[in-house]
Amino acid sequence: MNYSNYIKLEFPSKSSNEAFARSAAAAFASQLDPTLDELGDIKTAVSEAVTNCIVHAYPDELGRISMRMRIIDTDVLEFSVKDWGRGIENVAQAMEPLYTTGGEDRGGMGFTIMGSFMDTLRVRSSPGKGTTVTMRRCICKRVGIR
Amino acid sequence: MNIKTAFSAGRLTIFLVGELDHHQAKFVINNVDELIDEYLPRECVLDLSELGFMDSSGIAVIIRMSRRMNNLGGRAWIENPSRQPQRVIDASGIDRLVPVSVR
Repeated sequence: MNYSNYIKLEFPSKSSNEAFARSAAAAFASQLDPTLDELGDIKTAVSEAVTNCIVHAYPDELGRISMRMRIIDTDVLEFSVKDWGRGIENVAQAMEPLYTTGGEDRGGMGFTIMGSFMDTLRVRSSPGKGTTVTMRRCICKRVGIR
Repeated sequence: MNIKTAFSAGRLTIFLVGELDHHQAKFVINNVDELIDEYLPRECVLDLSELGFMDSSGIAVIIRMSRRMNNLGGRAWIENPSRQPQRVIDASGIDRLVPVSVR
């Protein structure tokens, strides 16, 4: 696979960084000239992934979140959100719609939305060590634009 | 994130303005709770026409509002979602629990 561009970001698990993370994802994606809907989908999926780290990986402490954004070949965006937090015992269960271990302000829809807004979603987790969520989205070339 | 309200004839309309994510969710949930307690409306409408972004935190807000209104014996629905919130609503299937109307 050929990675034609990448950016790495690292920030503490403060909820005030959610808006920055999704805006950075949209800014990185914009070089592929996505539609507004594609940009919205990317912002949403990244917002969910980063929120999961803040709520679930580091529930009682501030921890490190790393976000890597890459372009594969010329038209696939990859976002990888990594933490070194609590980890997930049962990934399949965590990915079920409406399943949540969060409070009443969480809906249990994060992975469902990541899965439906991105082309691929992979979750790797090891309890006590951390979680990496990797998502890809192809930005199709539009006829007549380029 | 800003919240505007209108109340007339038993209907409370809550306008969410800005971006609704996990960082803002507690603020919005507390405000919606307080508004419902204050007005005790028969109908509660969440207007999303000026909401530029929401993630699944918005779904939690909608479920919460709907549950509160059910407990009061009233009705709740979502109105005029802009494009990105509409896609989140579609993906979550929340419109099977809480109606979405476009005026």
